[in-house]
Amino acid sequence: MPLNKSRQCETYRRMLRIRRFEEEGTKLYIAGKIPGAYHASIGQEATIVGACMALRNDDAMTGTHRSHGHPIGKGADLKALMAELMGKETGICKGRGGSMHLADKSVGIIGESAIVGGGIPLATGCGLSAKVRGTDQVSLCFFGDGAVNQGTFHESLNMASLWKLPVIYVCENNGYAITTSVARSHGQPSIAKRADSYGMTGVQIDGQDVRAVYETTDKAVQRARSGHGPTLIEAKTYRFDEHQVGLFIEKSPYRSAEEIEQHKTRRDPIVLYRQVLLADGISEGELATIEAEVLKTVSEAIRFAEESATPDPASLYDYLYSDPIPDAEQRATGSR
Amino acid sequence: MSAAIEKASATEQVRMSYLDALVQAQIEELERDERVILMGENMEIYGGGKIFERFDASRIWNMPISETSFTGVGIGAAITGLRPIVDLTIASFMYLASDPIINQASKLRYMTGGQVQVPIVFRCCMYYGAALAAQHSDRPYPMFMNVPGLKILCPSSPSDVKGLLKSAVRDNDPVMLFEDTKLWPLKSEVPTDPDYLVPIGKADVKLRGSDVTVVAIGGAMRLALDVADTLSKEGISIEVIDPRTLKPLDMTTIIESVAKTGRLILIENAHRIANVSAEIAAIVCEEAFDCLKKPILRLSAPDVHVPFSPALESLVFPTKAQLAAAVRRLL
Repeated sequence: MPLNKSRQCETYRRMLRIRRFEEEGTKLYIAGKIPGAYHASIGQEATIVGACMALRNDDAMTGTHRSHGHPIGKGADLKALMAELMGKETGICKGRGGSMHLADKSVGIIGESAIVGGGIPLATGCGLSAKVRGTDQVSLCFFGDGAVNQGTFHESLNMASLWKLPVIYVCENNGYAITTSVARSHGQPSIAKRADSYGMTGVQIDGQDVRAVYETTDKAVQRARSGHGPTLIEAKTYRFDEHQVGLFIEKSPYRSAEEIEQHKTRRDPIVLYRQVLLADGISEGELATIEAEVLKTVSEAIRFAEESATPDPASLYDYLYSDPIPDAEQRATGSR
Repeated sequence: MSAAIEKASATEQVRMSYLDALVQAQIEELERDERVILMGENMEIYGGGKIFERFDASRIWNMPISETSFTGVGIGAAITGLRPIVDLTIASFMYLASDPIINQASKLRYMTGGQVQVPIVFRCCMYYGAALAAQHSDRPYPMFMNVPGLKILCPSSPSDVKGLLKSAVRDNDPVMLFEDTKLWPLKSEVPTDPDYLVPIGKADVKLRGSDVTVVAIGGAMRLALDVADTLSKEGISIEVIDPRTLKPLDMTTIIESVAKTGRLILIENAHRIANVSAEIAAIVCEEAFDCLKKPILRLSAPDVHVPFSPALESLVFPTKAQLAAAVRRLL
């Protein structure tokens, strides 16, 4: 079912939110306001948002170390996400997760795993849970082309197919596991084809075309909700920035400047979707309003994060267990 | 600590083996709470047979040989409303399951700032002394003790294993249960009350004494009680403590005992380096050094793999003679 006008605008809004959030976040990271590592999702917005738009809030989702786009794609509030990046108490994970782990349970995300392939069994378990509880919830799992070579991919897809679990496996194939290309690491370079060996439907799509991603995911979701089991979707996308901000190594390029430029100028998913929306009769004025709104939302998120306090040192042990273990802190500090 | 309470009114008891107590605990929890499911290999045919007949297929999941991922599947199910008991069978298979246990189950509550909880039980059994060689003979609980966010159980009696497994199922955090197969045939009285629980994090004094404190883990408990019985005939009074929970450790009970006896022996069948005895000894030195009349002694498996040949394997695990000699050395 194609998206109606308001959902089309929401799709554009979420894609643009990811782009602006990441652009501003990168600047803040370089300025030293965001600690740790920073893996931007710029270039991959269509795959993320197209898949998320096919889900409900009560559908579970898992993601990856490139984690900022997933909650934004699923509709999360930006303030707590930016505060988390800055390690603040108001962060979505109370400053315990950071850039690689921006999970927001309120929109269904149960974890963003920086262990490559780690989220695949978890999403499969969410599908098993939905089946046991007799609900029509589905789960969706984002992972990269590199994760396909982990054992968890093989084991999990086998189980999901065996029990017809309501799981949608979405591979964000950006062509490179950090610097190692698919050609240099996959015996079968078509990731979608791997589905055949599990008796599962596998589809390869243009991950820069948000409509194709949405429509394919929507069909997979409908199949899963009606008890017809899992689907593997390989969305061919592209990462515009380096694996991680600041990781560029000048003299050993693993991809050419021409290749990057070609994607940025001709395959930018936001530019492509803007053209589609104009052709569908949405006006420049309407789009400009969304663009201004997004800028404002991102600025407000940054202000909120900067004004927030860092976590109280007394809260170090909070959230470790459901019930506090009183001795632990005293033993660690030798104050007992 | 855990919300579990040890019920004083658990009057009615029945004699059963450690293994039957394990099965009974699972049956009771499956009947009590429809969110509880079992996951494991060959569930239909082996050990869980009695359980399989009672519940439908949505409660008992027979797993393919995919320990890493079915452990992760259990974690995903736990986060989204179920309370799985994942049976990894042989303890050496815990290494395959260790990535999702450590990187996901133990960390997700903390890393999400409490947004998710992972109420799940990981069971495994420790075979050793059975000529199965090193890949089927491990006692790996010390490795997991080094992981924040986990709770670790290693009880030694049928009633304790029943009450602790039931507490583990009702707990909101990931709990690992290490079962010592040497204890499986052991029979004793077990309360029949379906709400009989043993609290997580509470040690039990199995025998009162005044001369030496012996802390024994898992299968070493039988040996400790036998030696205490033998030496009591010579007038030597040994206090035997079972921590039951290895993480969090109930150091209060152990230190109270050491304050009384001034002598401490630790006995377990895990390898010597950085095992639970090492941790207990370190804390006693930090917090109760003044109470000690003699050095702390540790009896455990040496830093060598468990060999296949029974002639060699018998050299690896502490014996009653070694424990008796250790007691005499301290007196």
